[in-house]
Amino acid sequence: MSASAEARPAGAVETAAAVRSGARRARDVVAAALARIATYEGEIHCFNTVTGDAALVAANRIDAAVAAGHDPGPLAGVPIALKDNLCTRGVPTTAGSRILEGWLPPYDATVVGAVEAAGAVVVGKTNLDEFAMGSSTENSAFGPTHNPWDLNRVPGGSSGGSAAAVAAGFVPLALGSDTGGSVRQPASLCGVVGVKPTYGLVSRYGLIAFASSLDQVGPFAASVADAAALLDVVAGHDPADSTSLDVAPEPVASHLDDGVAGLRVGVISDFLVDASPSCVAAVREAAEVLAAAGAVVEEVAIPALMLGLSAYYLVAPAEASSNLARYDGVRYGLRVDGADVSRMNGRSRSAGFGPEVKRRIMLGTYVLSAGYYDAYYGQAQRVRTLVAHGFADAYERFDVLIGPTSPTVAFEIGAKTQDPLAMYLSDLYTIPTNLAGHPAMSVPFSLSAGLPVGVQVLAPALGEGPMFRAAAVIEHGADPGARGPIEPRSAGAAR
Amino acid sequence: MPELTASFSRDDVVYVAQLARLDLERGEVDLYAAQLASILDHVAAVTSLDTTDVPATAHPLELANVLRPDTPGPTLDRAEVLAQAPLVEGGRFRVPPILGEAP
Repeated sequence: MSASAEARPAGAVETAAAVRSGARRARDVVAAALARIATYEGEIHCFNTVTGDAALVAANRIDAAVAAGHDPGPLAGVPIALKDNLCTRGVPTTAGSRILEGWLPPYDATVVGAVEAAGAVVVGKTNLDEFAMGSSTENSAFGPTHNPWDLNRVPGGSSGGSAAAVAAGFVPLALGSDTGGSVRQPASLCGVVGVKPTYGLVSRYGLIAFASSLDQVGPFAASVADAAALLDVVAGHDPADSTSLDVAPEPVASHLDDGVAGLRVGVISDFLVDASPSCVAAVREAAEVLAAAGAVVEEVAIPALMLGLSAYYLVAPAEASSNLARYDGVRYGLRVDGADVSRMNGRSRSAGFGPEVKRRIMLGTYVLSAGYYDAYYGQAQRVRTLVAHGFADAYERFDVLIGPTSPTVAFEIGAKTQDPLAMYLSDLYTIPTNLAGHPAMSVPFSLSAGLPVGVQVLAPALGEGPMFRAAAVIEHGADPGARGPIEPRSAGAAR
Repeated sequence: MPELTASFSRDDVVYVAQLARLDLERGEVDLYAAQLASILDHVAAVTSLDTTDVPATAHPLELANVLRPDTPGPTLDRAEVLAQAPLVEGGRFRVPPILGEAP
């Protein structure tokens, strides 16, 4: 290992243990993260805002608590990055959009309070596709994020900044949001773990809404254990979110090593037809790893899942067109003056929203408009039921399912920006989970021409326990070179 | 039943843009017409499925009204909220005329 490789940050669980015991100071941990960000951020552009001064103040508070004999929490002193669609009081929150440039939220998202109460230290707000609409982070109004594995490639999206921040070793933990794959797909493309929890398990209060029946906040980490630790901190009922599940979540971190003996695993054959050979091979090898660990593995066809993408691109834009109506130049955000309110609204929205957001607002408005509502939106809702039934039938025979996370490895910046439909197809295998409200996660597994390939583990609602156990076994059998953190590099450069 | 095959005309774009309060440039109208037609063409595949007797799913959870006790609690700070507005006057959001008359 080179000196710089040794300087890579330790994992979250390990760091928190060292800080809680007094062996490491939170201030040193955070200062090291900020130094690494200062070194590489210019090439990668993970962040829209770095909150260095506030992070050092927070770290000092953690160290003072340890010195006074208090326990600062399970994530004590662990640097964390937040997707820039999570509201942070008094800290710019843009959602990657000009329409919110300079906006200072008057409140914190519930998950922000949760990670801070657990001792984590927020170091910045990460770049994203505008309003989380995209699969490459190229739709950000503030420029694209670059993939640390190959700086000419996209990190995936929409939570590309969070995925790249973990892959580059800036932070051991990050939060993103997943509406159709926006945590899992960038996790796969950046060689990190990304989790989309059961709908309602994690509060959406303070998450800037895209499609409210699909959005869910989820963790990124370099390991399954670290992702579990973060999920355990953010999961739980929130009275401020009326769609929050009123259940006491089962902790996942404490059962990671319980293994998969007897676990019934289905390999989704429909997902192996069009995926690239390296992504298919990763799934088949992961299936062998699970079988060798005692799982009962079988292929299963669930053709209804292949209807998900079409239903999603009717449902999600419809919900987005309604949610984004609030950006009207009145209470916050950009205003461009006009002679009357209506002109002011139109000018503000046209100047503030980028092309992908406009496309989805118009598509959503169209499918909800008189004469088309039932044929498009109503039909999509019925197809959503078919997707849920497809899963339900499979979960009568299987505890978890596996498949590719993404059909391909990271693609080059600019490769799909002129063809929105081609970009949408990146989420073919992640979308069905959101339509059903289920959990799923991506685990780094192998390398294809130097780029990471993730395997997706899917489970029924509140099936996070078996999902994480399967993920831990897959991680154990994976190529350790396929996961971050890494030294950021250009194509072909040696490690 | 409207025609569902793949045409997203310039007029459709102008119409939905107006509904969605988006002022589009002329060049944008042509671009979006082509792109939205292509997207709709793909996703419209599901419109021909027979979904007789299939109930609609609007949401993954069984939603019910969530109520809380009617007790006062903290609210957002008024000055902090108004400080984020483009224009305020007398503790309120200021907007241009709504019906054309001067305020």
